[in-house]
Amino acid sequence: MEIKKTAIAGTLESSDIQLTISRADSGITIDLQSDVKKVFGDQIEAVIKETLKSLDVTAAKVKAVDKGALDCVIKARTVAAVQRAAETTDTPAWEVL
Amino acid sequence: MAENEERLRRTMMFVPGNNPAMVKDAGIYGADSIMFDLEDSVSLPEKDAARLLVYEALQTQDYGDAELVVRVNGQDTPFYDNDVKAMVKAGIDVIRLPKAESPEMVEKLEADIAAAEKEFGREAGSTHLMAAIESAKGVLRAADIAAASDRMIGIALSAEDYTTDMKTHRYPDGRELEFARNMVLHAARAAGVAAFDTVFTNMDDTEGFYRETEYIHQLGFDGKSLVNPRQIPMVNKVYEPTEAEIKNAKNVINAIQEAKLKGSGVISMNGQMVDRPVVLRAQRVMKLATASHLVDEEGNYLEK
Repeated sequence: MEIKKTAIAGTLESSDIQLTISRADSGITIDLQSDVKKVFGDQIEAVIKETLKSLDVTAAKVKAVDKGALDCVIKARTVAAVQRAAETTDTPAWEVL
Repeated sequence: MAENEERLRRTMMFVPGNNPAMVKDAGIYGADSIMFDLEDSVSLPEKDAARLLVYEALQTQDYGDAELVVRVNGQDTPFYDNDVKAMVKAGIDVIRLPKAESPEMVEKLEADIAAAEKEFGREAGSTHLMAAIESAKGVLRAADIAAASDRMIGIALSAEDYTTDMKTHRYPDGRELEFARNMVLHAARAAGVAAFDTVFTNMDDTEGFYRETEYIHQLGFDGKSLVNPRQIPMVNKVYEPTEAEIKNAKNVINAIQEAKLKGSGVISMNGQMVDRPVVLRAQRVMKLATASHLVDEEGNYLEK
C-alpha cells in the first residue's frame, strides 16, 4: 500500500498510542517515544513493523508516541493511520485484519 | 427470536469504542453484556479508528462470559456497511441497530449480517442482533421491530433521543417515558426477546438511580443500559432475589423433580398448584440467585 500523504491516528491519552505516518523514499523508519521504551520498545516497534508489512507498506516514516498501549491498540492505530495515509479508509483491507 | 432467551441481561454497559483504556478494561466489572459503541460516543473523523480498535480488541482481549454487543452507526450513515462487516468478521455476539423505526430496517441489517457471515466464513446465523427504539415512530412499531428477525435477542429504549423527539426531556420521576417503556416491554415479551431500559446519566443521584431501577424491575425489564461501571452492582442488587424467594423457588424445583420421578404432571405445593409460569419464575429466581452468589451448587441458600 502506498503512503500518499501524512496521516495521524490515536491519541495521547493513557493506554493509547499516537502514530504519524508520512511518505518516505524507501524503507521503514520508526521514531518511538515511550515511558516504557527500555522494556517494551522493541516489542512496540515489532508490532508496528509487522502490521506495516501485512499491509504491504514498504516505505514510510513513522513517529509513534506511546502511552502504554497494548499490542491490539498498536495494531489498530497502525492500520488506521496507514489507511488514512493511503486514502483507503472507505475500503478497508479486510484480508489483513 | 434467538435461541438464548433465558440468558441474564441485567446490565448492558456502554463503552466508547475509540477509548483504548475503557475498551481494554471493559471485562473486569462483571457486566452481563458489554456494548462497544461506534455511534454517538465517537466523533465523525474517528469512526474508522474506533471500528479498528474494537475489532482488534475483540480478537485479543478476554471479556469472560459477558455477551459482547456493538452499536454500529445508523443505516443512513456512510459508516454502517463497514461497521457491520468488521463486527461480523470479528465474531461479535450481537449487533445493535440504533434508531430503529421499522421492521424493514431490521430486515436490512439481517440481510447485511448474513452476507458478511458468508463473505468472512462465519457460521450462518451466529451473529445476533438487537434494536434500539429512540423515536415516536419506533415506539409505535416496537412490536413489529421486535419480531422482525429470528436473530433478534432484544430491544432497548433509548430515552435521550426519544424525549427530544417527543418535545420533552427527562424528568426525575420518568413519567414522560411511561408509554414508551410499556410499549417496548410488551413488544419484547410478545416477541420472546429481552427488554432493556434506558441509561440513567446523573451519577450523583444514587437515590434516583435506585428508584428508577426498582421501577423497571417491577415492570419486568430484563435489565438496564449503563454508562458507568459503578452502576453494575447497584442494578444487580435490585435484581437480587430475597431469601424467601430463593427458598420458595428451590422448593418448586424440588417438587417438580419429585413429580417427574413419580411420573405425575401437575403438582401442588403448600396447597397451591404449581404450573408452568410458577416453574419458569422459579428457574429465573435460581438463575439470578446463582449470578448473585446467593446459593451453592445445589441451589441451597447461603447465609450472608
